[in-house]
Amino acid sequence: MDTVITLTLNGEMVSARADQTLLDIIREQKISLPTLCHMDGLSERGGCRLCAVEVQGAPRPMAACVTPVSEGMVVRTHTPELEAYRRMVLELLLAERNHICAICVTNGHCELQWAAAQAGVTSVRYAYLHPDLPMDASHGRFVLDHNRCILCTRCVRVCDEVEGAHTWDLAGRGIQARVITDLSRPWGASPSCTSCGKCVQVCPTGALFAKGATVAEMTKEHDFVSWIIRGRTKREWVW
Amino acid sequence: MTNTIVIDPVTRIEGHAKITLHLDDDGHVADARFHVTEFRGFEKFCEGRMFWEMPSITARICGICPVSHLMASAKAGDTILGVRIPTAAEKLRRLMNWGQIVQSHALSFFHLSGPDLVLGMESEPAQRNVAGLIALNPDFARDGIRLRQFGQDVIRLLGGKSIHPAWTVPGGVREPLTIEKRDEMLRRLPEAFEIVERALKLYKNEVVAKHRREYDVYGNFPSLFIGLVSQQGGLEHYDGLLRVMDSDGMILEPGLAPKRFREIIAEAVEPWTYLKVPYYKPYGYEGQAGMYRVGPLARVNLCDFAGTPKAEAELRLLRSGGRVVRQGFAYHYARLIEILFALEKIEETLNAPDITNKHIRSQADVNHLHGVGVSEAPRGTLFHEYWVDENGLLQSVNLIIATGQNNLAMNRTVLQIARAYVTGQKLTEGLLNRIEHGIRLFDPCLSCSTHAAGQMPLAVELYGPDGELLNTLRR
Repeated sequence: MDTVITLTLNGEMVSARADQTLLDIIREQKISLPTLCHMDGLSERGGCRLCAVEVQGAPRPMAACVTPVSEGMVVRTHTPELEAYRRMVLELLLAERNHICAICVTNGHCELQWAAAQAGVTSVRYAYLHPDLPMDASHGRFVLDHNRCILCTRCVRVCDEVEGAHTWDLAGRGIQARVITDLSRPWGASPSCTSCGKCVQVCPTGALFAKGATVAEMTKEHDFVSWIIRGRTKREWVW
Repeated sequence: MTNTIVIDPVTRIEGHAKITLHLDDDGHVADARFHVTEFRGFEKFCEGRMFWEMPSITARICGICPVSHLMASAKAGDTILGVRIPTAAEKLRRLMNWGQIVQSHALSFFHLSGPDLVLGMESEPAQRNVAGLIALNPDFARDGIRLRQFGQDVIRLLGGKSIHPAWTVPGGVREPLTIEKRDEMLRRLPEAFEIVERALKLYKNEVVAKHRREYDVYGNFPSLFIGLVSQQGGLEHYDGLLRVMDSDGMILEPGLAPKRFREIIAEAVEPWTYLKVPYYKPYGYEGQAGMYRVGPLARVNLCDFAGTPKAEAELRLLRSGGRVVRQGFAYHYARLIEILFALEKIEETLNAPDITNKHIRSQADVNHLHGVGVSEAPRGTLFHEYWVDENGLLQSVNLIIATGQNNLAMNRTVLQIARAYVTGQKLTEGLLNRIEHGIRLFDPCLSCSTHAAGQMPLAVELYGPDGELLNTLRR
């Protein structure tokens, strides 16, 4: 039987299983917390830092998605400092590459856009880097636009953990990091890609999209990841 | 000693510009230049993007006439895909383009030029604007707003919004027309007809009578005219053949396939303006021999017939003094005729049985590496030309905008008005406005033509023969 622990979340005593993360229990308590790299059914990365929360005694905000619960923890999710920190993270994401919502295939359906709107980002205080980044349109059905990629690695994880092809990877470090296919060969020349499209569906922005899509036409469906995982582990298929 | 007069900025046009007038030793106008002072760079930064995105990217060139770019860009995309778009899609695109003609021409006639035409070229500047127009003739001002609203609503009902609708795409359009929306447009048409008929009456009975000298002076010079005509030679705004005519009515090119436009049009650049200078290639650039005009006046001159009863009657009236009208002042009349034509075509098209057909988008991948899309924007013929790689990524982009093609003619018009009205080094505000009106005849969209942002202010500078700046008037 799972061990049950007790922690304090936003002033309320709550119970959790010892194998849960802070994000699990925050979601269970119906507290709204923004995330971008997290996706139900995939392993956690803790890369976007949007879900960072304040844990009493910890020297810095902790990413809730990769922080396990522990007995007696005192956690706060929405302090003014955390809100300011989340806005800063979003502004840095927007300034780092070329996010032009008005002409984006996912305008209106973009998780980065939603998160920024929800956090009250009305302008970006940092200088835009305007990097000169290419598009890879060599695949027959899909397109990769590095200008809109936030390096959440959902594509990398879904391809590895769900499809099993491991076509995607990260190359480079820091601001030079890029998602790549098969050791950085053009996507269309990738021998491992099965063209299943899972990466496109889980991408939170317009970085991966269906070829031929025009402004705001690209909507994405994520639920399939949980369906597949459930079917695979519990032999239950509930659509 | 020569002098130069500078008008900086030019107002009630779309974009930023200034005018310089160069005087000779006797104080007569020796030369005049219309300088466009903004730069945007769309042709360059679109490289590397996908051609499917181009209608929406290039629509951002302009908030007044985004539909024109949507049309030309989508048509260039059609040719890259190599598809024939569904019949209903073509009719729907035409509908939106006519909606655009109505709203843009209404803005030009009623609100950009209206204050000059109704209040007077040299009337009190504090009143010579839309607010003054509303105070003096509220019905006229309201008519302009209502007519423009109708055109904008046609665009909105089709594309979801009136500015930058992402609806026209390579292969067709994204959403079909519902019966409810069709009926809404049909319900609003009678009011639009009434407005344009009132405006035509005002133009013929009052405006022309009050502006006899302006009619004879403004933009009255021989030039070539270029524009699209339908396959049968009728008035056309969406597709068809390129026709070239001189101001004696001689047809130099009866009907060239638009994709061959480079055979007749070349572009020059001048160091004093960001606006490129297209010219008729067979006549060359030297001495402005290849100067041509595009837009409403060119279109009504070029076509053999209008093709709708009310517009046809007005066209015959326009031509009662001769087959070809070379007076630039007649741009206003041509604009009203085109609004009438567009309304008649909208009515006809809305009543077509297949207009609500759901089959509106042809699907294909890249089949050609080069595509040309040509359509008639309110201001004239618009060319989009793309080169792509086998994956559809743009390698090169060339946009030839209507206002650019009128560049030489606008300069000539400014010179002509300045010569007729400027005497000595004394500049009056009313004179400035006359010169500006010469530019407004063409309804230039400098945002588009330099692919720039904001309202167009005008400045006039007066220079002496030694280059000394003698006088500047600026708004």
